Amino acid sequence: MPDPIRIRAQARGGGTDIHVLMPHPMETGFRKDEAGGFLPAHYITDVDIIVAGRTVLKATLSRAVSEDPLLHFRIKGGDPDDRVRVSWVDNWGERRVEESVIKAA
Amino acid sequence: MTSDSSAPLAEPQRALEARLAARRGALCAFGRALLGGALFPAFRLRAEPAQTARAAKSAFEAGSLAEVLRLLDARPVTSDDISLTIPDFVENGAMVPVEVTSRVPGAQDIYIISESNPFPLVARFVILEGTDAFVSTRIKVASSCNVHALVHSEGRFLSAVKATTVTVGGCGA
Repeated sequence: MPDPIRIRAQARGGGTDIHVLMPHPMETGFRKDEAGGFLPAHYITDVDIIVAGRTVLKATLSRAVSEDPLLHFRIKGGDPDDRVRVSWVDNWGERRVEESVIKAA
Repeated sequence: MTSDSSAPLAEPQRALEARLAARRGALCAFGRALLGGALFPAFRLRAEPAQTARAAKSAFEAGSLAEVLRLLDARPVTSDDISLTIPDFVENGAMVPVEVTSRVPGAQDIYIISESNPFPLVARFVILEGTDAFVSTRIKVASSCNVHALVHSEGRFLSAVKATTVTVGGCGA
């Protein structure tokens, strides 16, 4: 099981900066192991980010997003202590959900 | 014996069930109308057509830039309203920072495409109400090529293109 999602949400200038780090191998399926066989493709396909109960960003990722995908984006508004919920699902059907809160400026 | 005693009850029971089913049907129809935007046309404008979502999914399987654009039904026009930030030179193609900022009014989706990749469509971000049309991430770039940022807004596609030179490709990563 990959490590927990790391979330940093910081209120700033009337908006909120959200940084998300999702530990995941993001295997392309093009890499070979020592035995010469291809490592199976294993990558996050969908990410949903919800702030205070409202979906703010949906992302569809391919195998070409780097290992341990990092997302940085901004929303308008957002109040300190609002809940930030990040969830992903990968092409193997594995899921992970994590929550954090917006920190005051 | 049991069938005899239950028979008189069975009729009203069935009638009641039929009435309940009819009511459920009506409620479902109401719900569907609501979802379909029949009662609130504004909902229909914001809701993503299922067709768009399917096209975007299939574009991830496309093997060339032309095929990606064909599946998205996109004939992008380059725009100064989109900033695409990516290094001119990168040593490691497995971790290339990319940042896209759009000043296009009503941006709905941001797509990142790397031309040299076996599957060029790298990611799609759905920008929802209240979210800035800005996204920053890290991608794999197979070899030196053009990277495209595609912004979808009200049926139009606008783009920004930038070349990046890669020393060690990101395909094997």
